[in-house]
Amino acid sequence: MSDDSLSELDALDAGPRASDVVEPAAGPPSDPSGHPTVVALMERFGDAVLHHEVVADEQHVVHVDPSRNVEIIRWLRDDPAQAYNHLADVTAVDFGGGAPLQVVYQLFSLTHKHRLRVKCLLDVDALTIDSVVPMWNGANWLEREVYDMFGITFKGHPDLRRILMPKDYAEGHPLRKDFPLRGRFSRAEQTRRALAQDVDRFYIPAERAVGREPQEVHFPDPDAPSRAGRADG
Amino acid sequence: MAQKTVEFTVGRNAEMGMDGRPAASPLEPFEIAEPTLGSEHMLVNVGPQHPATHGVLRLVCELDGETVVDVTPHIGFLHSSFEKLGEYRTWNQIVPLTDRMDYLAPLIYNCAYAMGVERLMGIEVTERCKVVRVILMEMDRIFGHLLWLGTTAIDVGAFTPFLYTFQEREKIYKLHEAYTGARITTSATRVGGMMADLPEGWTDQLRAFMDSFPNTLNEVHRLLTNNGIHIGRTQGIGAISAEDAINWGFTGPNLRATGVDYDVRKDQPYYDYETYDFEVPVGQHGDCYDRYLCRMEEMAQSLSILRQALDRLPGGPINVEDPNISLPSKTDAMNDMESMIHHFKLITEGIRGPVGDCYAPVEGSKGELGMYLVSDGGTKPVRWRIRPPSFVNIAVLPKLSRGHMISDMIMINASLDIVLGEIDR
Repeated sequence: MSDDSLSELDALDAGPRASDVVEPAAGPPSDPSGHPTVVALMERFGDAVLHHEVVADEQHVVHVDPSRNVEIIRWLRDDPAQAYNHLADVTAVDFGGGAPLQVVYQLFSLTHKHRLRVKCLLDVDALTIDSVVPMWNGANWLEREVYDMFGITFKGHPDLRRILMPKDYAEGHPLRKDFPLRGRFSRAEQTRRALAQDVDRFYIPAERAVGREPQEVHFPDPDAPSRAGRADG
Repeated sequence: MAQKTVEFTVGRNAEMGMDGRPAASPLEPFEIAEPTLGSEHMLVNVGPQHPATHGVLRLVCELDGETVVDVTPHIGFLHSSFEKLGEYRTWNQIVPLTDRMDYLAPLIYNCAYAMGVERLMGIEVTERCKVVRVILMEMDRIFGHLLWLGTTAIDVGAFTPFLYTFQEREKIYKLHEAYTGARITTSATRVGGMMADLPEGWTDQLRAFMDSFPNTLNEVHRLLTNNGIHIGRTQGIGAISAEDAINWGFTGPNLRATGVDYDVRKDQPYYDYETYDFEVPVGQHGDCYDRYLCRMEEMAQSLSILRQALDRLPGGPINVEDPNISLPSKTDAMNDMESMIHHFKLITEGIRGPVGDCYAPVEGSKGELGMYLVSDGGTKPVRWRIRPPSFVNIAVLPKLSRGHMISDMIMINASLDIVLGEIDR
């Protein structure tokens, strides 16, 4: 790793570094016979399974065609021999330097106690993939977080909006490698924006349609004559 | 007039165990006539600073009278971008970030993170370290459940259990302090071991806690388990079926309360959990009361694991004896050239991981806590992702709350056992 000579704070201001390893996804292909699901998956979706590898401590990873992710994951969930009925996690990985972003699904079969990691690689200029919310409601917030943090759009998601960052956050997607650690705006600009916010931004449109408008608060006019003054006069 | 059926099943779990055998109710169910009030829906904002939200959580509720029509949780008020910060830190420097996420059971987070890195790097920790980590994790499971128990009881109006549980928690705080020097931000683990071995007399202190703790547990059982008010406020409230719970990604006691016996300690054992003798309590109804019973029984089981672990605690080193992973002792670093070089390299550069990624789940106090680590071969992770159990569990709140009273929504929210530091990260 080329640790440059900048001190830590200078390095922060200089912005993020790209990952040193440019080609992260291409681990050596592994023997799929160790995992029954991988064998079945390759038989059924031969051309859509792009890559298979075994990483740390016998964890099996399959890279699949991102345009067929829902089809493949649905089969993994519904086929009784696989039965990956528990979606543990949806997340993404950005390696920086223009490398494709990975969308990572952690699947677990409560029936067979198997774990499988499914990855889809998305080019940085086409960050769109089908949503798995129709299969798992639990994916709703997880995909929202991926959208918020990486800017990946999930087609068919019922409520795709920011979740951790404010809904009108204008600086981009924080977990991308091209996002500076301290944010894109200066501290002064961030403060200015924080002070300029109004009540409406704390509600989503669905909520604003219900109930009353927020009450208007009337502050006394500083130029008006005070009550004490009037009493004296 | 709307009808609300009030059903008394006092003593559904009359015994302390989890047999779930229904007992005869002393009261017949009866119906209360409720006046139908206006149909205009009202928007009520709860939080973000509110004691009943158990953290900086904001709930915007649409109400019809007192009935919840819809809830929208707004999260992110505690967002500190721990995952982004982790990408700028070496593997060992991340440890202090982990306990700031779940400050109610910090050692579970410390151990889970260290386990993830070790699995990624293929490091096998020593036998003593494994047992010590089991002790710390089970101790903090009790720690986390006790906080949940006390604060949740307050939400249904029972104040006394809060005092009892916090008295016991104080003892665990003292144990944290005796071992790590900190009460909450423990940062006890390092890659390949612990920051130090257990101090002298620590296990005796823990045994003293284990002797007094069952009494407190029994007292709380006597106060709550057959308490008519507690039962009325929790049975049938926020119920979810096993199928839905899996579909929503529930894990931990929330999932087990629905009858699914998924426990990472049993199904994907780590740290030799398969050699410990313990039961996984499951419920039947998936409501707030079953979640309560599951956690109560889990504390008793954790106590049993603690006893077994203390009995088998082996001697020997606590850190792996690999100079590229563990720091040398201070004496060695000051007197021995080789050790000093290793010390210098480890402090200035850090440990190098292999290229690859690793997902390491543990059974946290709130559910499956997964650490997903991606390394490019450098001294810092490319991506450090936490699979946060509370984040997934709280997403179900709108579904569970619809149709219940607003005061029940508070109970449902509490029964899910959330910690906002972990939800927002």
